[in-house]
Amino acid sequence: MEIVLIGLNHRTATVELRERVAFSVEQACEAADQLRSRGILEETLVLSTCNRSELYGVPRELATDSAGAVELFLAAFHQLPPDELNGSLYRHRDRSAVQHLFRVAAGLDSMLLGEAEILGQVREAYRIALDHGATGPVLNRMFQGALEVGKRVRSETEIGTRPVSVAFAGVKLAERIFGRLNNHRALIVGAGATSEQVVRHLCDRGIKQLHVLNRTAEHAVTLTAQFGGEVVPWENLAAALEWPDLIVTSVSSAEPILSRAAIERAMAARGNRALLMIDLGVPRNVAADASQLYNTYLYNVDDLTEIVEQNKKAREAEIPRAEAIIEEQIEKFMHWQAGVAVGAVLGDLRAKLTAEREAFLRERLAAMSHLSERDRAQFAAMLEEFLNRVVLDPAERLRGISELRRKLQNLEALRDFFHLDREKP
Amino acid sequence: MTNPYVLATLFFYTASLALYIWNLREPSRTAGIGATACLIGALGLHYLALLERSRLIHAVPYDDLFGSLSLFAWLLAATYLGLEAIHRRRAVGPFVLPIVLVVFLLAHASEARPIKAPPAQGPLFAFHVTLNILAYSAFAISFVLSVIFLIQNRRLRDHRLGIVGWRFPALDVLERMTRSSVLIGCGSLAVGMAAGFIWAHRLHGRYWDGDPKVIVTIVILAVYLGYTLLARTAAWRGARASALCIFNFMFVIFSYSIVNRYLSHFHRYF
Repeated sequence: MEIVLIGLNHRTATVELRERVAFSVEQACEAADQLRSRGILEETLVLSTCNRSELYGVPRELATDSAGAVELFLAAFHQLPPDELNGSLYRHRDRSAVQHLFRVAAGLDSMLLGEAEILGQVREAYRIALDHGATGPVLNRMFQGALEVGKRVRSETEIGTRPVSVAFAGVKLAERIFGRLNNHRALIVGAGATSEQVVRHLCDRGIKQLHVLNRTAEHAVTLTAQFGGEVVPWENLAAALEWPDLIVTSVSSAEPILSRAAIERAMAARGNRALLMIDLGVPRNVAADASQLYNTYLYNVDDLTEIVEQNKKAREAEIPRAEAIIEEQIEKFMHWQAGVAVGAVLGDLRAKLTAEREAFLRERLAAMSHLSERDRAQFAAMLEEFLNRVVLDPAERLRGISELRRKLQNLEALRDFFHLDREKP
Repeated sequence: MTNPYVLATLFFYTASLALYIWNLREPSRTAGIGATACLIGALGLHYLALLERSRLIHAVPYDDLFGSLSLFAWLLAATYLGLEAIHRRRAVGPFVLPIVLVVFLLAHASEARPIKAPPAQGPLFAFHVTLNILAYSAFAISFVLSVIFLIQNRRLRDHRLGIVGWRFPALDVLERMTRSSVLIGCGSLAVGMAAGFIWAHRLHGRYWDGDPKVIVTIVILAVYLGYTLLARTAAWRGARASALCIFNFMFVIFSYSIVNRYLSHFHRYF
């Protein structure tokens, strides 16, 4: 049972090419149908995200150059000349294909090392293929293994824990101060793209309440319409400072819009409860000396960028631990696959010997007409018992003893030895 | 220190500390579970060591300073384990276990020798002593949590969170844990003191004898109650409350060392 993988990703192909080779859900199902109906693959699964398009498959037995056939299919399916994919496609088989998928699920092959989104995308691709009936025992096992790898790598290493975007770093910092955000309030000053990113993360982390202030009120309305929260008039900025635990500023202004005195007044009004200010404006929106006030924490873009850089290095340091988990899971999968291969050989062997026994009995018993039906039945039973004892029972042991399988090196030798050609008897 | 239980306890506490430190540096499920398992093992062995000590001195383990210290270490470790189970955080372990280890070593540095039986014994006395030591353990935990709060607060204000900073509990969580520990300590101390007064009355016919230990204990209760009141006020919440909690613990150390050794009449060991 061979496994093939053909694909391209952000490292091997330009975004233009990736867009042209991307699969929608419907296209993924259609491609799976065509690959199977044309006899190229027996099992198939399409994994298509913004950064990668990959076709996983198990070719039909005796198929030759199935990987080449999948490549040609991929080009034809997307109406591309085959040459256009040259140099952009990667091709993996068997262990290498499994390793690639497991690394993808672990986030090691992602543009942003350790990102979590890919695991959800792998899960979704598997669910679609499974519901469509495109997968079989091999791909089912392989993708279930990949999902397990993804979960283990994220729970047993810190590859995805520390934030590597400025917006998320700010939100994670808030969690270092306040713990869970579901009992805290945030004030967003400025409703641009940066603010939107922060708001998205805050909502993901369950912020309790959100107020948005913007010079142009329409932008604030748009933001609150998307994420919830209330719009506060720009004129009420000073009063609004008393309310939140977290202030995120991102407005264009030559001078700081929040002075030390304004923050000091707000702190007094709020009983000195801790206040985190994330200043994403350039030039800065919060007076630098506001950080000296008691129980305030002030971070600007440079501070957050530095944190992000440190975190990226920390994530890279986790790669060996993630790779060790991947290796462990690959071994588990290969062990299972070898067991399945043994099962297939043993099934063929049993069928062959049963057919031989039937033919032998027919031939010999024809010349022994003096035997009663009971004697014939006994003779047949003895022959079956003999075959089981001499050949089938020891062969069955192969199923359970992995060491024995390892010694046998090449199971195909069994096929040759017993003349187990692929035509069923 | 040749008692096998003591040596085994020492080994398990040390292993637990090493694994907690490892888990803080490089978080892993194995190290974390191993650290907790070693701590549970150490607590079990420590309990056996306390029983053995009681058997040798023909008295409860808190009738001498060393036994009392050992019980303190045991309750400190047990309180921390409870805290870990509730908050599911192991980052505080590397800071609590060194105190447990040092106190345990001090407690078992000398061989246990039979001591003269105290003038009175009984469940009320045991209740009084155990609750007071539990209170000191809770105050010790609040001390450690306050130290971590100040370190973490400084790192956050100076933008030097570093790798370990991401693994500590949030400041808000540390603050709440500290307040809970202090509340447990105050409750235990108040009830323990009440039991002590009743016991003193039964023994001497009076509740109050002006013993410096009692006076210092009342001061300890007062300063920690002061903390609980101040910790939520505008002027004190945050780092100042943590600094106050650290300062308060100096009274506990003073009570446990100087007062017990030199000043007290009825609570004096030796």
